[in-house]
Amino acid sequence: MIWLLYDGSFEGMLTVVFETYEYKWKELHIRKEGITVPLLFTETKTVVTDEEKAKRVWKKLLDLIGSKGVQTVWAAWLSEKESIEDTILGVIRYAIDSKQNVLSDFAHPDVLQLQQTAKSVGREKHRMEAFVRFQLTKDGIYFSVINPDFNVLPLILPHFRDRYADQLWFIFDSRRSYGIYYDLEKAVFVDFIPNSLLSANGVSKEAFGEDEDLFQELWSDYFKSTNIQGRKNTKLHIQHVPKRYWKYLVEKKS
Amino acid sequence: MQERLQEKLNILADSAKYDVSCSSSGSDRKNTGKGLGNASASGICHTYTEDGRCVSLLKILLTNHCIFDCAYCVSRKSNDIKRAAFTVQEVVDLTIGFYRRNYIEGLFLSSGIFKDADTTMERLVRVAKKLRTEHRFNGYIHLKTIPGASDELMREAGLYADRLSVNIELPTERGLKLLAPDKTFTSMEKPMGFISNTITALDDTRKLMLSTPKFAPAGQSTQVIVGATDESDHEIIQTADRFYRGFQLKRVYYSGYVPVLADNRLPSLSTQVPLLRENRLYQADWLMRFYGFGAHEILDSGQPYLDLDIDPKFGWALRNLHLFPLDINKSDYEMILRVPGIGVRSAQKIIAARRFKSLGWENLRKLGISLNRARYFIVCKDRALETKQYTPETLRHLVLSAGNSKFSDLWGTQTSLFG
Ligand code: SF4
Repeated sequence: MIWLLYDGSFEGMLTVVFETYEYKWKELHIRKEGITVPLLFTETKTVVTDEEKAKRVWKKLLDLIGSKGVQTVWAAWLSEKESIEDTILGVIRYAIDSKQNVLSDFAHPDVLQLQQTAKSVGREKHRMEAFVRFQLTKDGIYFSVINPDFNVLPLILPHFRDRYADQLWFIFDSRRSYGIYYDLEKAVFVDFIPNSLLSANGVSKEAFGEDEDLFQELWSDYFKSTNIQGRKNTKLHIQHVPKRYWKYLVEKKS
Repeated sequence: MQERLQEKLNILADSAKYDVSCSSSGSDRKNTGKGLGNASASGICHTYTEDGRCVSLLKILLTNHCIFDCAYCVSRKSNDIKRAAFTVQEVVDLTIGFYRRNYIEGLFLSSGIFKDADTTMERLVRVAKKLRTEHRFNGYIHLKTIPGASDELMREAGLYADRLSVNIELPTERGLKLLAPDKTFTSMEKPMGFISNTITALDDTRKLMLSTPKFAPAGQSTQVIVGATDESDHEIIQTADRFYRGFQLKRVYYSGYVPVLADNRLPSLSTQVPLLRENRLYQADWLMRFYGFGAHEILDSGQPYLDLDIDPKFGWALRNLHLFPLDINKSDYEMILRVPGIGVRSAQKIIAARRFKSLGWENLRKLGISLNRARYFIVCKDRALETKQYTPETLRHLVLSAGNSKFSDLWGTQTSLFG
């Protein structure tokens, strides 16, 4: 049994996959560097990320499971689950051995695990697309702080870029300390908050742009008036908007 | 000024909330040339009301002043309530302000009829036009059309809106006469016919010329109130079916009557909202739209009401036991869809997975298929779970007493209906 460690990048993981074939490692686990592995009797090896090798695995995967398939693998990987790399390797091996698109074989344990993980990540992506609340700041940036369970910023980028193409916006993931900044031209990942008015806790009231208070109040009022007392159903409400998401929502704060 | 705007919003959102249609899906308006927004093909719920309904649109009335006197409506002329009216600019500012903050997918604008149909409709159209042209807004716009508005205004409305709706509210002429004496079936079917014809005509032209303007790309919908008058489920489902086929409607919404007014033509104020009945109607509607069921398979005049204890698909299966059990490894997709307890996604998974190997119970469980119900209706490569021949009555009893309380079934299913 060998434990293969990589730098935590997607390319890094693909490089490891390449080398398992190159060096014919059979019994192994893949982990991100920094994750504790059992010490006793354990052989570990750190694999250095190699763009070329990563690309070759990527191409091979595209051939085998198509672009929808590699999207699924990527999404599952973004879950950051501790053993997700082992699952991914299992799926890749299965695909290579059976030479066909195995991603619909839900009866295979690794495929099932991969699909379920990708689905959870997809759900979190959709929730973030729904629950991001922008606050307009004095300098005209629509700012939002999120704290998602999975690393979904890369997945939500296209949605926000296409939708809010004519306004400056910034979404910051406070758990992973990086964000996306859109400057009217392009959306880029940044690992700092380029503005003293903002912080990982959100926007201070002093930094609110014109009418920000008003709009938050109007929205909270609107939310209240959409309720129909005779139909109240708190259980269903919480099922749709689990409590851990309430902190994002202007209408659930007051 | 600010307080007045808040007050208006409170009044005009409150009166609009009984219109249940909230769908923001079905349109895929792209954001071209760096405007604001796009309409997402599957729609996004940005929050949920405390009764669990999806909130994706800013749903308001332009005004609650109305010259009509429909008995079931809070805005009716004879009701003594606070009245308010937004200006066109106020609606536009609210929509844009909410949209930019990612609160909403767009606007659902409706109105009481002030002065006359055309004046009202013209004002609604002006809001949509301003949003599209001055603000280059590509989010979702749903306009409620006013019965009796001119074809010209309808045409303009369809060019700016993603969806148009004409609420017929009551499923039969008899109900209308009783509760909405100012309206007739024809005054409402006329705009429906117009919308549907225009959509079809433009679709035909588009085949020749790609730049034909999109007319209400998300189609049209309507709403019927359930439980305000004495129509049976059979009458309601038939009306819905006629609309789906006659006017290519995208959605019919069923709204359990919420007693808000005392009127001797209406159920009393203490009447419960018929939530379960509303839910069963949605399930029946769902079966017609996505499961290939015909209206006649769900109800007929001999059995005019949906069974409140069991869902209509299970009901159908009990009436058709001779078609079961199905072999899950051989049957067509269409038939697998008809197995109680198996939904669209499960059916697709079964079809996909059985290409690799013949499926057994363990495989089905791993696919996430609940066998509580399905076990009575299917066989697979393993030994059958149920070998007895059940009568419809015992089967019904068995499934109902299997710990599936009516309540959990209701919400469980509704969640997946709208999820
Ligand atoms: S016309 Fe519409 S707003 Fe006016 S009373 Fe009838 S339902 Fe209400």
